[in-house]
Amino acid sequence: MSAIQILFWFLSGLALVSAIMVLISKNPVHSVLWLVMVFFAISGHYILMNAQFLAIVNLIVYAGAIMVLFLFVIMLMNLDKTSDPQKNWWMKLAGVISGGCLLMEMATLVRQAAEMKEKTVMMKEGSIGLIGNLGKLLFSDYVVPFEISSVLFLSAMVGAVVIGKKN
Amino acid sequence: MEMHLLAIDWMLFAEKLVLIAIIIFASLGIALYTTFAERKVAAILQDRPGPNRAGPFGLLQPFADGLKLIMKEEIIPNHANKWLFILGPGLAMTAALMTCAVIPWGDKVVLFGRNIALQIADVNIGILYVFAVVSLGVYGIMIGGWASNNKFSLMAALRGASQAISYELAMGLSLIALLMLTGTLQLGEIVKQQMQAGHYWNIVYQPLGFLIFIICAFAECNRTPFDLPESENELNMGFHQEYSSMKLGFYLFSEYVNMFISSVIMATLFFGGYDVPFFDEAAHANWGNWLALIGVASIMIKAVIFIFIFMWVRWTIPRFRYDQLMNLGWKKLVPLALINMLITGAVILYFNK
Repeated sequence: MSAIQILFWFLSGLALVSAIMVLISKNPVHSVLWLVMVFFAISGHYILMNAQFLAIVNLIVYAGAIMVLFLFVIMLMNLDKTSDPQKNWWMKLAGVISGGCLLMEMATLVRQAAEMKEKTVMMKEGSIGLIGNLGKLLFSDYVVPFEISSVLFLSAMVGAVVIGKKN
Repeated sequence: MEMHLLAIDWMLFAEKLVLIAIIIFASLGIALYTTFAERKVAAILQDRPGPNRAGPFGLLQPFADGLKLIMKEEIIPNHANKWLFILGPGLAMTAALMTCAVIPWGDKVVLFGRNIALQIADVNIGILYVFAVVSLGVYGIMIGGWASNNKFSLMAALRGASQAISYELAMGLSLIALLMLTGTLQLGEIVKQQMQAGHYWNIVYQPLGFLIFIICAFAECNRTPFDLPESENELNMGFHQEYSSMKLGFYLFSEYVNMFISSVIMATLFFGGYDVPFFDEAAHANWGNWLALIGVASIMIKAVIFIFIFMWVRWTIPRFRYDQLMNLGWKKLVPLALINMLITGAVILYFNK
């Protein structure tokens, strides 16, 4: 096993364990912190593929900003243990089975997709993920979707201000 | 397939490990003496002698302080979340120290026939890495405040976190203008550009950007006038109210590490990093390792000057009120940074770089 393979398995294991812990933690604050761990593991995967910009933006935006807002909300809501409704075990089982089916379908679909055939992830090399190349691509080939998404953000911001102004 | 376990350059690995150890211990040592310097500067500004009993000139004072903190009884509140209570200060300290990985501390040195760059990793994303780590520093505050299971701690943690998030924004925007000029995020590259002949330090091109950046750095380090998260006298201490012993020490100490690191980052981005002013490094390439050491000394002197400014401000200006803090961040610094960005963009277009 090369260093990259060891890192890959380590990060994958970390991501999966953390993701499971997000679901089974009783305390919502713990769930958020495990979710932050998931983001770290995924950023590690991005770095293995030399997509440095994506890795770091994933950390800044998700781990650094959105999860902090999650924490804000959860800490201020003061969630009680009593408010957690207990579900039947067969409801949980049904959830696991249906969720698993969906996951399997998606996995097979992705694996069989025509675009994915004959393609492997570029490990360690490949420079498309570096910020200069990514920026050129975003502002030339993908400039329209990029600008449209910025309009989306603007409208979200305006919406937040309007809702906040109400009282 | 060849069965060597790990295809790593072990020499490089060892070299980086030694470098990391040196940098971390140096950062901790400097932060240790920054606490001493803080008390001395406060003393000078308030016209009193300051700590002068432990050792000559009181030089052993930081060790005495550290010993005191370690020896104190360690209390974990009954209803505190134990693991997170311990994780909080650890996270604050880790986040403070992690930033030093991308800072270029000097040029190359040649040791045992190897070229050793005095930078742990010159990654492509450079300054963004710093931002990511800074944004993680918020968790140290929030987890500590929440895990204490104390309403005052929680409120202080929320206060601190919202301050950090607000000023991070203006900080990022103020840097965009600088990055438009440099065209790269790599800190090593930014320093090399400033060292070129005919190119001045970035402070000449970005005075407004630097002003916004230094204000935001004050806020990010929770220093006066922005030290609302831990305002001892009017808001009942802060997120570390329930902490005692070395865990409290870690929180207080991480502030000094943060201060040192942000001073170094300001020196790197705006004041030429390890560049010695009015001295042509390229012409003295035959000085070898000495040249690199002079560079390291240069960045350290710049950092010390910034640390002094941090302290000077702390003992001069009173604390803001919370609404003033938010108004300054959102209504003054963010628009100012945006205007700076627009002007810089226009000037770059005009000169058609």
